[in-house]
Amino acid sequence: MSKAHVTTTVNGDEYEFLCEPQQSLVTVLRDELRLSGTKEGCSTGDCGACSVMMDDRLVCSCLVLAVETDGKHIETIEGMGTAEDLHPLQRRFLEINGLQCGICTPGILIAAKALLKKNPNPSETEIRFWLAGNLCRCTGYDKIIRSVQAAAEDMRKAK
Amino acid sequence: MATILEESGFNPGADLKIVGTNPVKHDGLDKVLGRAKFGADVYLPGMLYGKIVRSPHAHAKIKSIDISEAIKIPGVKAVITAADFPELPQGSGWGDMSRTTIAHEKVLFDGHPVAAIAAISEQVAKRASKFIKVDYEVLPHVIEVEDAIAEDAPILHEYMRTKGDETAPDVPTNICEKMVSKVGDIDSGFALADYIVENDFDSKPMHQGYIEPQGCIADYSQDGLVELWTCTQAPFVYRDRLSAILKIDAAKINVQQSELGGGFGGKTGFYAEPLAILLSKKANAPVKMTLTRTEVFRGTGPVSGTKSRIKMGCKKNGKIVAAEAELYFQTGPYTGSMYFNAPNAMFTRYDLPNIYIEAYEVVSNRPKVNSFRAPCVPQIVFGVEGLVDDMAKKIGMDPIDFRLKNAAIEGHTTIYGDTWGPVGFVETLEAAKATEHYKTPVKSGEGRGVSCGFWFNRGGETASSMTLAPDGTVTISTGTADVAGSRISIAMMAAEELGIDVDKVRVKMADTNSLGFNRVTAGSRTTFSVGMVVVDNARKCIAELCRRAANEWGVAEEEVKFENGEVKPASSNVGNFIPMSISDITSKTTMTNGAIVSSSSMNVTGAGPGFGVHIVDVKVDEGTGRVDVLRWTVVQDAGKAIHPLQVEGQLQGAAIQGMGWALNEEYIYTQEGKLDNPGFLDYRMPVASDAPMIDCKIVEVPNPLHPFGLRGVGEVPVVPTMAAVGNAITDALGIRPTSLPMSPPKLLDLIENRNTSSS
Repeated sequence: MSKAHVTTTVNGDEYEFLCEPQQSLVTVLRDELRLSGTKEGCSTGDCGACSVMMDDRLVCSCLVLAVETDGKHIETIEGMGTAEDLHPLQRRFLEINGLQCGICTPGILIAAKALLKKNPNPSETEIRFWLAGNLCRCTGYDKIIRSVQAAAEDMRKAK
Repeated sequence: MATILEESGFNPGADLKIVGTNPVKHDGLDKVLGRAKFGADVYLPGMLYGKIVRSPHAHAKIKSIDISEAIKIPGVKAVITAADFPELPQGSGWGDMSRTTIAHEKVLFDGHPVAAIAAISEQVAKRASKFIKVDYEVLPHVIEVEDAIAEDAPILHEYMRTKGDETAPDVPTNICEKMVSKVGDIDSGFALADYIVENDFDSKPMHQGYIEPQGCIADYSQDGLVELWTCTQAPFVYRDRLSAILKIDAAKINVQQSELGGGFGGKTGFYAEPLAILLSKKANAPVKMTLTRTEVFRGTGPVSGTKSRIKMGCKKNGKIVAAEAELYFQTGPYTGSMYFNAPNAMFTRYDLPNIYIEAYEVVSNRPKVNSFRAPCVPQIVFGVEGLVDDMAKKIGMDPIDFRLKNAAIEGHTTIYGDTWGPVGFVETLEAAKATEHYKTPVKSGEGRGVSCGFWFNRGGETASSMTLAPDGTVTISTGTADVAGSRISIAMMAAEELGIDVDKVRVKMADTNSLGFNRVTAGSRTTFSVGMVVVDNARKCIAELCRRAANEWGVAEEEVKFENGEVKPASSNVGNFIPMSISDITSKTTMTNGAIVSSSSMNVTGAGPGFGVHIVDVKVDEGTGRVDVLRWTVVQDAGKAIHPLQVEGQLQGAAIQGMGWALNEEYIYTQEGKLDNPGFLDYRMPVASDAPMIDCKIVEVPNPLHPFGLRGVGEVPVVPTMAAVGNAITDALGIRPTSLPMSPPKLLDLIENRNTSSS
């Protein structure tokens, strides 16, 4: 089976890769580009662990074919912040203990960032419904919601 | 070997500087940056991808397996079947484990592995799996407990006789074990009762639901050494079990645990690992295996589904005088459900004079069950706490007062024979009663439920080592898995003991070559047990620091003391020496006796029992049977919360897991014995919009056997959950649901029956 040649931008860097037509974006991000911060939890778009941004749209990268990303801009957790320059969401998740095992964390951070871009002052209910596509089994969601609320406030104040 | 610190040093009035605060956990940064390495996140040069071929039948004889076509496919490097496994007898513990990993004579559940393939890519492995030809003779299957114990039931194992039942006839059965537990005399107990309540209850299996599917990479080197990287709660247990079923010396297997993306008990036993090792051996290359979510549902352990009949009796004054139960637990195709926890824990927390329990463990054509927080207890407590509420209602007593009236206290001797030291059940109930939640009247149209639970808490084999670097910073190696943040709590306890900043301490999850055996991270044992050995490590290092300082000052060892991170003269009579910090001493170890290190290994005992009380408010939509959980408060005795935010996280996470188990989660089988909902769309776990905020109240009744007084906290908070939701629904509807999950169709039936019988 011949592979497709794809050129895409990930976190501002241009990547070229070959993939089979049925390979999902999450598989290519992880297995070909070795950006393993994006996690695969279900492959059916139900758990949200593989959430990434594609041309500013929040997507489950397990539901996107890698070939579809040609010419697109992808944003993953690896591009969100650095230890010296954490995104306010990353900082608040650490302080408030918004993560326990940490497997859902990259997807939740990406999804929460997308929410705050759309809606800088979401209510608790709005946060809960926005994040309803991201499963977490450890925290019971309480401290995740509080972390997002706190980061939203930080970001509003910083403006 | 020590089982406990000779002197715990527990000091209720201690001025703790670090324990009880909330520093950012050291493993957190990598996790928010996407850098943490979980099971599936490692790639090795020359690595192959492994794929499991699974049975499409619930029960069938394997007549033959033909791998010849598959192995010819370009890119396929190895195929294994049960024939590649060492011979181990049927009905033996290791034989069962080998047969759970891969079917030998028969497949025993839908999804049972029959072969595995290693290939140059996942796609090639997947394509090749279609070319493995298995000739099955399909056998009648059995899924539910009542069918499995029926007289004409299809038998899973011809050799099986009921262990623990001498009266059972010498014929094959699906009941693998029977256990009888008693206290006092049950008949005279019920004779004393003014009120008797009784009901049948049942529960369906739920899955642990970790978001990280199992992932591992095995590298079998040509000199016979196995390197295994995997997400596990039990690296040492994996090593020893792998050694037994693959017949490889334990010293030749090195298990390195990855970051663990959730386990909750479900990663205490292996699945793909033995297959990956044998594939690696055969293919002569590292093999990576990750399970899909469908495989996780079909092939890895859910919890036991149960059936039970429970009966309790009390006096008019509220004193419970008798409790009786008959319990049945699904275990999957082989024994090992840990069903014995239920008789030991179901009534434990109440001081009951007369108890009689019969418990049975039953095999059926389901995946082998695995542990889940407080294994086998919450689904039975669902019934017990329901009946306790019914009794309180009958005599018109407040549900918390009723439980206080029956609460066991220090000195209580349990059904399993332990006599308790200080316990905090009464304090926990009183704290629950004092919460703002409980004092607030229930809103009209809503229902409120209260429930409580107990867990033993565990200790067990625990080993660790501590190394002081020349700059005075500290490395600790532990062999227990960090399942939710124990590393920071361990660092905090060490830092507290050493009198240094917690940031100067790092805890590493060591591989199995580096330390003595550590029991699985389970049973709420890790922070407690590792705390014990790490304090021992610190004390040994402190003793050595004191020796080195005394030596330098030319005084006797007894003439120096360690205080607030410094060695100083014990009194002004010793001499006028400037106190030395840890780094003052460690920076000179090249000139003294070399590096300061310590190791500790204990079979830890002395874990203090834990108790929790949950208060839940719900609203039931009587038109659809949908339940909305509106408010939830968890009150729990932690002994001492080392890192309160982490403790809260345990309580909150358990509450929502229990909410899922209470309202939605269940394994659904087709007539053909196939799992019908092996995905997150049809197996619905709670999402953020289903859950309320969870208020926590941490009670601290210290366990004096631990240096900081702590009790384990992970298991207790799931125990009362389904009963709390059930009692709230009962309060709202005026009728008791007795079947888990309390899903909309079941509640609609109840509501309809209620309306018919009242009209």
